[in-house]
Amino acid sequence: MALLEVTNLDVRFGLRQGEVRALRDVNFTLERGERLGIVGESGAGKSVAAFSLLNLIAKPGFIAGGSISFEGKTLNTMSERGLRKVRGNRISMIFQDPMMTLNPVLSIGEQMVECLKAHRRISSKEASAICLDKLRQVQIPSPETRLDQYPHELSGGMRQRVIIAIALLLDPDIIIADEPTTALDVTIQAEIMALLLELCEQHNVGLILITHDLGVVSQVTQRMLVMYAGRVIEQGPTREIINDPQHPYTQGLINALPQMATPGERLNQIRGSMPSLSNLPSGCAFHPRCNFINRADGKPRPACIEQVPGFVESGNCRVACHMVAEMLEDRRLKEETS
Amino acid sequence: MTTTTPSVPGRWQRFRDSYLWYSFKRDYTAQLCFAIFVCLVFAAFSAPLLAPTNPYDLAQIDILASELPPFWIDGADANYTLGTDAQGRDLLSVILYGTRVSLLIGFGAVALQALLGVTFGLMAGYLGGRVDAFLMRLADIQLSFSTLMVAIVVGAVVKASFGSSFYSSYAVLMLVLIIGLAEWPQYARTVRASVLAEKNKEYVDAARVMGLRSKRIMFRHVLPNTLSPIFVISTVQIANAIISEAALSFLGLGMPETHPSLGSLIKSGFDYIQSGSWWITLIPGAVLVVLVLSINLLGDWLRDVMNPRLYKG
Amino acid sequence: MTAPAEAMAAHPTPTQNEKSDDSLLQIRGLKKRFSLSGDFLEQLRFKGGKLVRHQEYVHAINGVDLDIKRGEALCVVGESGCGKSTVARMVMGLITPSEGEVRYAGERIDNLSSRQLLPYRKRMQMIFQNPYASLNPRMTIQQTLEEPLRLHHPDWHREKIDAKVEDVMQSVGIDPDWGKRFGHEFSGGQRQRIAIARALAVDPEFIVADEPISALDVSIQAQVLNLLMEAQQERNLTYLFITHDLAVVEHFGTRVAVMYLGTVCEIATTSTLFAKPRHPYTQALLSAIPRLEDDRPQHIRLSGEVPTPVNLPSGCVFHGRCPHANARCKQEIPVLQTQDDGTRVACHAVEEGRL
Repeated sequence: MALLEVTNLDVRFGLRQGEVRALRDVNFTLERGERLGIVGESGAGKSVAAFSLLNLIAKPGFIAGGSISFEGKTLNTMSERGLRKVRGNRISMIFQDPMMTLNPVLSIGEQMVECLKAHRRISSKEASAICLDKLRQVQIPSPETRLDQYPHELSGGMRQRVIIAIALLLDPDIIIADEPTTALDVTIQAEIMALLLELCEQHNVGLILITHDLGVVSQVTQRMLVMYAGRVIEQGPTREIINDPQHPYTQGLINALPQMATPGERLNQIRGSMPSLSNLPSGCAFHPRCNFINRADGKPRPACIEQVPGFVESGNCRVACHMVAEMLEDRRLKEETS
Repeated sequence: MTTTTPSVPGRWQRFRDSYLWYSFKRDYTAQLCFAIFVCLVFAAFSAPLLAPTNPYDLAQIDILASELPPFWIDGADANYTLGTDAQGRDLLSVILYGTRVSLLIGFGAVALQALLGVTFGLMAGYLGGRVDAFLMRLADIQLSFSTLMVAIVVGAVVKASFGSSFYSSYAVLMLVLIIGLAEWPQYARTVRASVLAEKNKEYVDAARVMGLRSKRIMFRHVLPNTLSPIFVISTVQIANAIISEAALSFLGLGMPETHPSLGSLIKSGFDYIQSGSWWITLIPGAVLVVLVLSINLLGDWLRDVMNPRLYKG
Repeated sequence: MTAPAEAMAAHPTPTQNEKSDDSLLQIRGLKKRFSLSGDFLEQLRFKGGKLVRHQEYVHAINGVDLDIKRGEALCVVGESGCGKSTVARMVMGLITPSEGEVRYAGERIDNLSSRQLLPYRKRMQMIFQNPYASLNPRMTIQQTLEEPLRLHHPDWHREKIDAKVEDVMQSVGIDPDWGKRFGHEFSGGQRQRIAIARALAVDPEFIVADEPISALDVSIQAQVLNLLMEAQQERNLTYLFITHDLAVVEHFGTRVAVMYLGTVCEIATTSTLFAKPRHPYTQALLSAIPRLEDDRPQHIRLSGEVPTPVNLPSGCVFHGRCPHANARCKQEIPVLQTQDDGTRVACHAVEEGRL
C-alpha cells in the first residue's frame, strides 16, 4: 500500500457564476521517500491539489468527491481534530511566501517551539535543542542567534530555510512544497532546492513539489504530473516525460522554453491561453490550442472536440489525449496484422 | 488568435454583471435601507407638492391649532396627521420641509468637503514633498478645530459684520460652508492614502513615460482609481454632515425656527416635552435617526462591496 | 537577427573614451542613492550628548557605464536588488540620477525638464513587468492606446488616430474589435500585448523592457518574446532588456551586462558570455539555471548572502561570497577591463590571471 493515495479527487468552488470544477479525476500515489512533481501554469489547479490533500481548501471551495488516503486513513472525511494530528506532524507544507507561514510578531524560536509543543509533550529546553538541531540541518549560519530574531530580520533565502526547518521539525513523512522558490533569486533558488533534495533523501521524506518550472522538476523529482485546466493530462517518471513528452501540451510547454530554440530564432509558442475554469471548452480542454487536433487527412479529430479524453498507458506514462490513444491503437493493430 | 469576437457589453449590462449589483440583490438590509433612503429623499424634495400646508407661509398657520397631537391620540385633528407644533404648523409639512433642508445641507456640505478634500488629497499624495507636508499640516490644524468651534467663529464673524438677519437668510449656505470647511481633511486623508498606493502602480509610470503632464495624470489616471474609497467615505460623511447640522441647529447655531431643519425642529419641540407634547420633538427625531441609520447601513454595505480584501466570493 | 551579433564579435567593444557613432544610448558614471532617513527632523539623533544629523542611504547604483548600440538588444541581468530596474527607470527619466549622465543620440537627457523631454518620449518607450498593473483599470483599451497618439500628434484627426490604433492592435495580435473592453477582461498575456502596443503606438526606436515576461506563464512567455523579436525585426528597434532569467537572455540578447549590487561586473556578447563566463558571479549565476537535462542540481555554491546596499562592502562588492577573493579584493574596487575577445570584466582575479 502506498503512503499516500489519491483517487478520483474532485474539488469544486461554489461561485456566483455557478459551480466551478477546479480539480477532477486526479489520481496519484506517493511511496515513502518518493519525490513527486506537480507541474502546470497558473490556473491549472496545482495549488488547489496541494491544499486539498490536507483538506485546507477555504470556502467556497470543497472536496466534492474522491478520496485521499494516508497510511490507509481517509483524510478528506477525517474530523478536524484528527486532521490536526496529521497536519504539520506527519505531512507538512512549505508555501511560496515564507511570510504566510511565519508570524511577524513572534521570534523564530518562539514559533518553532510552539509548533513542537503543539504536537509533542516536551520541555522547553528539549524543544529548543530540537529547533537548534533543525536550523543546523538547513545550514543556517549561527543558528543560536537566529532563534531570537524576528522574521523581518532575515533575508528571503534565510526565511525559506527557516520554513524548511519548521517543516522538518516533527520529522514528517511527507513535505508538500508549493512553489517554494518562485519568489527567490536564481542562485538562492538553486541552493534551497539542493538543500530540500538533500534533506528529503537523508531523512527518507516524501516530497510533493508544486512548481511551474520544468527545470526544477527535472532536477528534483522522480515522478511528475502535468496539469491543465483542473485535470492531470500526463503522469509518469520525470525523466521519461521530460525526454519524450507524449501529450501535445507537455510537448508545447517544453518546446516553448527558450533553451529549446536556436538563439535569435522564433520560439515554439503555444497559441492562445489557458481557458478559465468556469468556461472550459468542450471535449479535451486543450483542443483550441492543440496543433494535433487535425488527423493526417487534414480533418479535425471529432473526439477531441466532443469527448473528454481518458487515460491511456504509454510505456510507463499515462496520457489523456485522443491523438496518443489513436496512435497507440494504430500501432497495436499493425503489430497484430504483421 | 482568431476567435470570434464576443459582443462588447454596454454600460447597463456591465452594471448588471457587476459584483455591486450581485451583492445588492442578495443583501436585504441594503435593499431596505436604499428603499427608505430613496423614499425620504423623494418625499423631502417634492415637499411643496406632497405637504398639506406650506409652513413658510405665515397665512396658513393657525396659532390656535398649536400642540395638537398626532392622529392616533385622542384630541387629534384630522387635518393634521402628525399633529402640530407649538406655533400651530402642520408637523408633517414641517418635517418634509425640514428633511429637505437637512438633506440639502448634508449634500451641499459633502460636495464642498469632497471638492476641497479630493483636490488637496490628490495634490498632497501625487506631488509629495513640501506640498504634501504643507497640506497635511493644514489638515491637522483644521481637524483640531471642532465643527462647533468653526460654527461659532464663522457665525460670530458673519453676524457681527452683516447682522443676524443676513445670517438667517443665508443660513443654508452658511451651514454648508461651515460643515464643508470643518470636515474636508477626512476626504483629503482618505484620498491621499489611496493616491499613495496608486501612484506606485505601473500604469502611472506608463503615463509618465508617455510624457503626460502631472495634472492630466492626477485627474485622468489616478483620480478615477481612487473613486471607491471616495464613495465609501461619502456615505459616512453625508450622515455626519446631517448630524452636525442637526447638532448645530439644536444649539441654536444653525437654521432659524422660521425655516426649520430637522435639528431646529427637535430643538423647538424640546421645551414642550415636559408639558406632554412629546411628538414635536420625537417624530422629527425619529425621522433623523431613520435617515442617518439608513445612510450609515448603506455605507457599511458599500464598504464591504468595494473593499476587495473582504471579497467573499 | 544574427547580423549585429556577428558585427559585434568582429569589432571588439570600443573602450570608454572612444566615442562610437553607432551607440544610441550612453550611460556614464551613473549613481543613485535613496535616502532612508526621512525629513530633516527625523535625521536628528543624539550621539554622545550631542545632536547630530544622521543620514543613511541605499546605494542602489554605484557607477554604471553602458553603451547601447543601434539595433541591438542589450540585456541587463542580475538578481533582485542589484539595481537593474533602477537603471532602466533612470534611462526613462522616471528617477533622476544622483550622479552621472545619460545621453540619447549624443544629447544629454538626464537633466531635462518633462517638457524638454517630450520629443524623446516619442523616440523611447517602456514596457513594464506587471501587465496587471500597467494598464489603467478605468480606461478601455482604445482609450489607453489613443492617449499617447493624441499627446504626440495633436494635429491628427479622429480617423487617422483610429486607423493607427487599429493598426498597432493588429500588429500585436489583439483583435481591434476589442478596443471598447477594459484591461481586466483580458488574460495576462493579452494585457502584455496591449502594453506593448501602447509602447509601439508612437513608433519609437528604442524600448526599455523591464522584466516584460517574468509575470507570465511559460507558454505565454514564448508568445510575448516572439512578439518582441518580430517588432525588433520589423521596426529596427533597439532594446534595453532587463531580466533575471538567463535562459531568456541567451535567446534574446545581442549583448549581456551582468549586474551585482549596483555595479556592472561583466559585459559581453551573448554567445561569449554563455560559452565562457569570466566573472565568478556570472559563473555562479549560469550554473544556477535549472536545466532540463540535469538529474540533480549542479550549481556553484556561493557562501553567504547578498549584502545590503545600505552598507556596501569595501573593495569588490562580491568579495564576501566569492570563492576566489583575496586581500586585494577586499580593499580595491575593480574596474571593467576589456579582454582580448572584447568582453569587459570587473574582477581582480581575472585581471591577475588567477581565474
